Amino acid sequence: MSEVQEIQIGDSSAQAAAAGKALSRPDGEELQDMQGEKMVLNMGPSHPSTHGVLRIILELDGEVISKAVPDIGYLHRGDEKIAENMTWTQFIPYTDRLDYLAPLANNVAYALAVEKLLGIHDKLPPRCQYIRVICAELARISSHLLGVGCFAMDVGAMTVFLLTFTEREKVYNLCESLTGARFTTSYTRIGGVSRDTPPGWCESVRNFLNEVVVSIAEVETMLTRNRIWVDRTRDVGVISKETAIDYGLTGPNLRGSGVEYDLRKAHPYLCYKDLQFDVPVGSVGDCYDRYLVRMEEMRQSVRLVHQCLDKIPGGYENQAKEPVNVADGKIVLPPKNRVMTSMEELIHQFMLVTQGMNCPAGEVYFGHENPKGELGFYINSRGGGAPYRLKIRSPSFVNLSILPHLLPGHLMSDTVAILGSFDFVMGECDR
Amino acid sequence: MNALDFANQLKGKFGDLLSGPTEFRGEVCLTVVDAGKVAEVCAFAKQELGFNLLVDLSSVDNYGEDPRWTLVYELYGITHAAHLRLKANVSEEKSELPTVSGVWRTADWHEREIYDMMGIRFQGHPDLRRILMWEGYPYFPLRKDFPLAGRPTELPEIAFTKTAPIEGGPFVTAPGGRDAIEREPRVRTTEN
Amino acid sequence: MQTQTEIGYDRKIEGDVIHTRVDSAINWFRKNSIWPMPMGLACCAIELMATGSSRFDISRFGMEVMRFSPRQSDVMIVAGTVTYKMAMSLRRIYEQMAEPKWVIAMGACASTGGMYRSYSVLQGVDNIVPVDVYVAGCPPRPEALLDALMKLQDKVQREPFLATLKKTAPAQASV
Repeated sequence: MSEVQEIQIGDSSAQAAAAGKALSRPDGEELQDMQGEKMVLNMGPSHPSTHGVLRIILELDGEVISKAVPDIGYLHRGDEKIAENMTWTQFIPYTDRLDYLAPLANNVAYALAVEKLLGIHDKLPPRCQYIRVICAELARISSHLLGVGCFAMDVGAMTVFLLTFTEREKVYNLCESLTGARFTTSYTRIGGVSRDTPPGWCESVRNFLNEVVVSIAEVETMLTRNRIWVDRTRDVGVISKETAIDYGLTGPNLRGSGVEYDLRKAHPYLCYKDLQFDVPVGSVGDCYDRYLVRMEEMRQSVRLVHQCLDKIPGGYENQAKEPVNVADGKIVLPPKNRVMTSMEELIHQFMLVTQGMNCPAGEVYFGHENPKGELGFYINSRGGGAPYRLKIRSPSFVNLSILPHLLPGHLMSDTVAILGSFDFVMGECDR
Repeated sequence: MNALDFANQLKGKFGDLLSGPTEFRGEVCLTVVDAGKVAEVCAFAKQELGFNLLVDLSSVDNYGEDPRWTLVYELYGITHAAHLRLKANVSEEKSELPTVSGVWRTADWHEREIYDMMGIRFQGHPDLRRILMWEGYPYFPLRKDFPLAGRPTELPEIAFTKTAPIEGGPFVTAPGGRDAIEREPRVRTTEN
Repeated sequence: MQTQTEIGYDRKIEGDVIHTRVDSAINWFRKNSIWPMPMGLACCAIELMATGSSRFDISRFGMEVMRFSPRQSDVMIVAGTVTYKMAMSLRRIYEQMAEPKWVIAMGACASTGGMYRSYSVLQGVDNIVPVDVYVAGCPPRPEALLDALMKLQDKVQREPFLATLKKTAPAQASV
């Protein structure tokens, strides 16, 4: 005869309370604290999500986050104070290292900001504008490739990381032949770019674009309809439109939440008004949306670079010798053969190198559509060759400020997905 | 409606509280004469005029002038795509003005950074503490009277700072044969 | 063996038997499986990641195991600018690594502070940890990092492990 015995599990908290009484604790409150006690977890500055040195102090209630306090500043290098001691051109290498995943875009942003102060940012020679747009869009492709690659790697899909890095190596090759460095390019100068495109470069960009589209499609087949990916990113980290604008988000993070704000369309600079492209906008504002926005932005960037290559003044090899620098000796270094033979050019060279170009007194703000968001430079100048105050409005700094509001309520493992979907860079956040 | 129209609307509402508008390189700038009222001006700009995005909040140290601090608010409205700049001047004795984090929540971190770098306090800020440097760092680095190379500080267990050297060099490790503790530069004396 | 050669190999007499010194054997095992602890702080971390990817395969050297756990790693590659705020954490992680351990200072910022001579940047990570190999560059090319790792392998090969052991444990007659 078998007896069906009901297994009594009982109320664990009541059992614990009873046990506490049995151990003759003075008051039951101590044990009550222990049951609901929150664990403080330090997601320390050195952690494997390769987003740099961000520290988040999480208060966990079981697996659910109840409070999140980000601690930044572990890569604060004092860029803004350094800028006050450098001439305008000397600061360009520092801008490379702000968002070090898309250095060409930072160079373009800074050069445009100083040129706005000088009043020449809409008077740049057309070939220079097209080259800068190609650079900025290549930087966007490169940055989104790494963003999606690292996002996927953190969530668990290692293969995507290796694929996207192979494509990034091709962008590095292009950067190397154009500027001399794989990344940290320091390519733009105030008033133009440092050198024209080398022969054969535009051809290789064309070939690269044809290859990268194949790669993007491959990444899409791996991730977009992948059950695990969708489960981990759908409805995770939902940011509404109003919250996104209130917290100052910009770039793909804002567009993922449904706000159609792209600086290239709202305030076109360089030659964007002559180019046709779409701006992808999400609907829900979750991690999946932000991922889709980045994927589509990569394809739009490919479209933009194709158009630029079709229309670039002077053609691929620039046989017509279109200028790439503003023809002003007080801003751009004169050609070396003139420096050695002509007095005026020698003086210009001397003044530009030792003192920097003389900018008017005044203040400007210029915002550039960087892959991470809006990279803005507020320049307060009192004349002379160095800024009086240079403030870098960094998109990652502002994007991260939403974390204390966004993370609570999510599971511990969602943190990684949310951080990956934000695609921030600590070099830019901390400056 | 462009930025100049919005600026005139603000001027119409607040009158003598605002001076300007000035224009430079296509940007319109208004100065708030009394920094204590900056939160009201910003709230009006957001609710009535639609400047819903605070793009940037910077601070400038006018060393040697009075008022010493200038705060620069870059306002932007996504619907009407107009960009406006507001400035507020604060004197060094006061070094304080009301927060605008009630108007735009993004101002929270911007104001923490301004406090960290310049030492300007914000009344009503929910959590005014250092953000880029560590708690307990005694200086405000972006001030003009603070040297770029820094000053030495010591906060055991948290951080230390030294003056960045212009010349001279730190130590090199001795070649193999000893374990790390022995190889450490501080342990090495003149004998070994 | 009293000779200076590290590995003696005499096939005709013994067959597949290798005479060598314990030091050489242990160092040979060690140098071919150095597991890095990537302290990727800034831009150099991206070049470190590129070294680990398919083009400049760090796996050829046995170093693709980039464990972010200090307990399981042998070399700490400090890649990027070390700020004073980060210095304490870096020191603590270094102390958690088990012997034998080495440090590579990758890039200009880790070696000497780089182009950031400012109030918040530690002027060289060798102020807080002993560095074995410095890699110049801003950022160093992956080939330069691989060259540094090969130099580290040479250094590991030369470590007199047994001599240290004998010095610190004089009671043992022979090992």
